[in-house]
Amino acid sequence: MTPAPLLDLMPALPEFLLLLAGLIFLVVGVLREGDGVRLIGPLSAMSLLIAAAIILASDKTAADTFGGHFRMDAFAAFLKVLIFVGVAGAILVSQNFLEDERIARFEFPLLALFGALGMGMMVSANSFLALYMSLELQSLSVYVLAAGHRDTLRSTEAGLKYFILGSLASGLLLYGISLVYGFTGTVMFDQIGSLLRDENASLSAGALVGLVFIAAGICFKLGVVPFHMWTPDVYEGAPTPIGAYIASAPKLAAMGLLLRVLIDPFGAWVDQWQQIIVFVAIASMLLGAFAAIMQSNFKRLMAYSGIANIGYALVGLAAGTRDGVDGVLVFMAIYMVMTLGTFACILAMRRQGSYVEDINELAGLSRRQPVLAMILTVLMFSLAGIPPTAGFFGKFYVFKAAIDADLTWLAVIGLLSSVVACYYYLRIVKLVWFDQAAEPFDLPLRPAIGAVAGISAILLIVAVLAINPLFASAGIAASAIFH
Amino acid sequence: MAIPLSHFLTLAAILFTLGVFGIFLNRKNVIIILMSIELILLSVNINFVAFSAHLNDLVGQVFTMFVLTVAAAEAAIGLAIVVVYFRNRGSIEVEDINLMRG
Repeated sequence: MTPAPLLDLMPALPEFLLLLAGLIFLVVGVLREGDGVRLIGPLSAMSLLIAAAIILASDKTAADTFGGHFRMDAFAAFLKVLIFVGVAGAILVSQNFLEDERIARFEFPLLALFGALGMGMMVSANSFLALYMSLELQSLSVYVLAAGHRDTLRSTEAGLKYFILGSLASGLLLYGISLVYGFTGTVMFDQIGSLLRDENASLSAGALVGLVFIAAGICFKLGVVPFHMWTPDVYEGAPTPIGAYIASAPKLAAMGLLLRVLIDPFGAWVDQWQQIIVFVAIASMLLGAFAAIMQSNFKRLMAYSGIANIGYALVGLAAGTRDGVDGVLVFMAIYMVMTLGTFACILAMRRQGSYVEDINELAGLSRRQPVLAMILTVLMFSLAGIPPTAGFFGKFYVFKAAIDADLTWLAVIGLLSSVVACYYYLRIVKLVWFDQAAEPFDLPLRPAIGAVAGISAILLIVAVLAINPLFASAGIAASAIFH
Repeated sequence: MAIPLSHFLTLAAILFTLGVFGIFLNRKNVIIILMSIELILLSVNINFVAFSAHLNDLVGQVFTMFVLTVAAAEAAIGLAIVVVYFRNRGSIEVEDINLMRG
């Protein structure tokens, strides 16, 4: 194989833009001292949106660079656009919070930007070396962000827990990579892929153990059972907008990584990894559905809801088919919109200048702020998967893919657990519309928070009209990783 | 006389297991956890270098360099987080990290 010329760096143009922007903002932030975040926040969000626009405008045929370690194809483009837009949204909603809590440091948007750079590289990784480096760039940024409210015990404890468990996961992943490297002799995805397709008959036990370690490491980053222990604590302890950030884009990036690793190099071993994914999906869906029932902290509830949602997405992956991956991509896109919108609503829960997180504080919201109540209702209906909203279509496609792949029982478990999950989503709707009014939240709603919550609610409703084009473009993206 | 590959792999596996157990069984100090993490990463490096020599392929050694770099960054960030945690809590006992359930 002749390696791609090193100097053709155009496939990585969006990443270079983000890197350059990040480095410039770093200098600007240091020089401006006090109010750097007011300038750098919007600028970071803007450079992320520009990077997303570049990807949308560029050619989607597969192109490699960095000697084949970095691949830009339709799959990477689809996820990158979502990731960059999601991170931009999370940066925009964080501005007011950071100022209110007196932690308005310019490092927050900057670390989010570097995290986005890492995520962009994650979904483009075409070798285990690129995979590891990009995953670490993203993780290290997020560890610091989680501990960002450094004068509170809650945030630093969240950061410490996340760091310890995250590093353990990186170690597991790396051990797996070393075994796969040793038993296949290469770290490049396409070479491993063609090797395993040829030698399908003789299954190398060493590489198989490596695959299990790698899957475990990535599952940790996704926060699925049995690697979910950090999720509720980190969501609860980290500053709320950072929670929004952690819950949205990194999950997409980690899912993209898992899809590419399992389908591209290990596609021939579908029977081997299918059992792992099926187990993880069932355990996540059930734990997410039942554990969230007891939660009264909205952020903790969203953590368990996130575990369950990733479980539904894995049902599509368990199918192992092109339609399954297509469904996963659509589901993850919708999941990101729902998560960002819901966290924006949590950020709107502010009473007499301080933020509240208990769902009971939402009681009777409809009488004081009918618009916010409507938005929250749409988001909750969508999370519950009730038909007119986008959440229904997301689940529909992954479950349909599972049924087509003769995994009907898995789809049934998914459906049952989403019925259980309806309870806690609808409980919030009931609190908002039918309960005795609690004290009103501070008005007026911050423009950025209102905009992100409103836009996500509108997207979830109009998705009915746009679901076919979304599904089609996700289909093109999914085809890119199948051989 | 060359040492066979399996010896290196066994050593790395033992060190890796020690590292993982160090994280879970240790009830004393967070610094020990940081050391265990380092042990895991270094055991992986032994694996990489051993495979690299065995396969006559440089990629494994290049990978080791990257892992060492990332391990340094990770240790720096880990220690920084431990320091801010200590400022708030006044202790880095593992048993004291219990503000949130879970």
